[in-house]
Amino acid sequence: MEFTLHLHDLAVGYDQHVVLDHIALHANAGDLVVLMGTNGSGKSTLLRTLAGLLEPVAGECMVLDDVAGGQAERIAYLPQHPAALGTLPLRASDVVAMGRYARRGLISRFNNHDRDVVEHSMKRMGVLAFRDKPLHALSGGQQQRVHLAQILAREADVLLLDEPTAGLDAQGRDAVARMVDHERARGCTVVMATHDLVDAEPANTVLLLAHRLVAQGSPSEVLTDENLRATYGFTDRH
Amino acid sequence: MIHSLWSPFADNEFMRHALLAGVLVTIVCAVSGVFVVMRGLAFVGDALAHGVLPGIAIAMLIGAPTILGAAVGAGVMMAGVGAVTRRTRLSADTAIGLLFVAMLSLGVIITSRSSAFAGDITRILFGEILGVSTAHLWWQAGVALVVAVIVFVFRRPFLLLCIDHDLAQTSGFHAKRYNTLMLSLIALAVVASFQAVGTLLVFGMLIAPAATAALFTRRLGSMIAVSIAVGTVSTYVGLLLSYHFNYAAGATIVLVATGIFLLALVIRGSEEQFVSSHPSHAAHSHGHSHEGHGH
Repeated sequence: MEFTLHLHDLAVGYDQHVVLDHIALHANAGDLVVLMGTNGSGKSTLLRTLAGLLEPVAGECMVLDDVAGGQAERIAYLPQHPAALGTLPLRASDVVAMGRYARRGLISRFNNHDRDVVEHSMKRMGVLAFRDKPLHALSGGQQQRVHLAQILAREADVLLLDEPTAGLDAQGRDAVARMVDHERARGCTVVMATHDLVDAEPANTVLLLAHRLVAQGSPSEVLTDENLRATYGFTDRH
Repeated sequence: MIHSLWSPFADNEFMRHALLAGVLVTIVCAVSGVFVVMRGLAFVGDALAHGVLPGIAIAMLIGAPTILGAAVGAGVMMAGVGAVTRRTRLSADTAIGLLFVAMLSLGVIITSRSSAFAGDITRILFGEILGVSTAHLWWQAGVALVVAVIVFVFRRPFLLLCIDHDLAQTSGFHAKRYNTLMLSLIALAVVASFQAVGTLLVFGMLIAPAATAALFTRRLGSMIAVSIAVGTVSTYVGLLLSYHFNYAAGATIVLVATGIFLLALVIRGSEEQFVSSHPSHAAHSHGHSHEGHGH
């Protein structure tokens, strides 16, 4: 059986400084893995390792049967604080089109499929109306949607999303939830860091992190008052 | 009246050479300058422009070609910028600033050691666009072609880098390698242009036309085109003013270019925010949670 994600006794961190260790995780095509924990709990470090931006400190980290980062064109990563686009003299549609570069490489020209994917991705994230607008004309939330549309345009097999709903209004959060559902339905594995319990409910696996693995399993097993208290120091369930 | 607009160039070969040299400087600086502006690399660009000084001074001292010295100086500066941004916990601005004054001071110390440099230092700093040889024009044209081809071929990773280092990396482009290539491009623009407009003024040609274009354009291609147009007009007007009023040519060209930028800023009015809010993020770190991590 091939797993989309295969992590075994994985330790992640920066410059040999371990942030999280003893991570074991398997995920299949279409799975949703949710990472929850306070700021600095290791969510972003784990996602950056899966994206191939950080070397694993120890253990095994296989993504799509390859070392993390080995198949860049099939993996899309949205960082926690995507770069501010406000100063770039570019159009929103050009930024979304950059999502196709991983597949198009250096110089091969865009075909009709590429153009369709860019337009469809913008439509799904509700930014098609801004396609010709310069980025500095967009609000922070609209820029976040442009980043998300770029991620969709990747047509990736694995999505790594670090707090994708940060800075979005209720409508934007709904758009992200629909995006995740849709991507999973076509067989894409989604790993998402979030602070929102609602995001965790549809997950196959939830990891609660607090510089260590507090709990791991299905949402019903893991999202208990006791575990949430151990993760966040309090619970907002009651 | 019309006659005085063109006759300086029609009657004098040195003015035609100067115009051609200025346009070639414009092309090289516009093509690389758009990335300096988009990535907020202005300070790195400035540092590279000044980093060439000790290289040029040493080359003159030992009788080597100044272009070779400038290239070595730029290489040392690039390596220095790379090292300080990777290894220091100081902000990159501070580290690059220190490196830049160190290189500038070194250049001045070397030139001050010999009285033979007295006239040369002015030439190095402010250029000698009215004394450009045909051979130098060919060299500039060659560099312009190389720079244009590099930007055309690598425009995708360069654009990704303008947004984020990690985005380039996770899109399958070796971000560190392309970052070095982009810095090399800026260095090449400086090395190819300093003889015409000087090490102090080349920075103006790198920034002013590209910044003006950034106010009016929304695509890379049009930004480069507008940038070249602004630089060309600046060169022509600057040379003309310099001819008729006996101003220093290189400085006049750069002053016209910055004047056009200010005029454009006034015309755009509300776009002023673009400049004041431009972060100097790209030279060093693109992330917020992993400062100090090597790229």
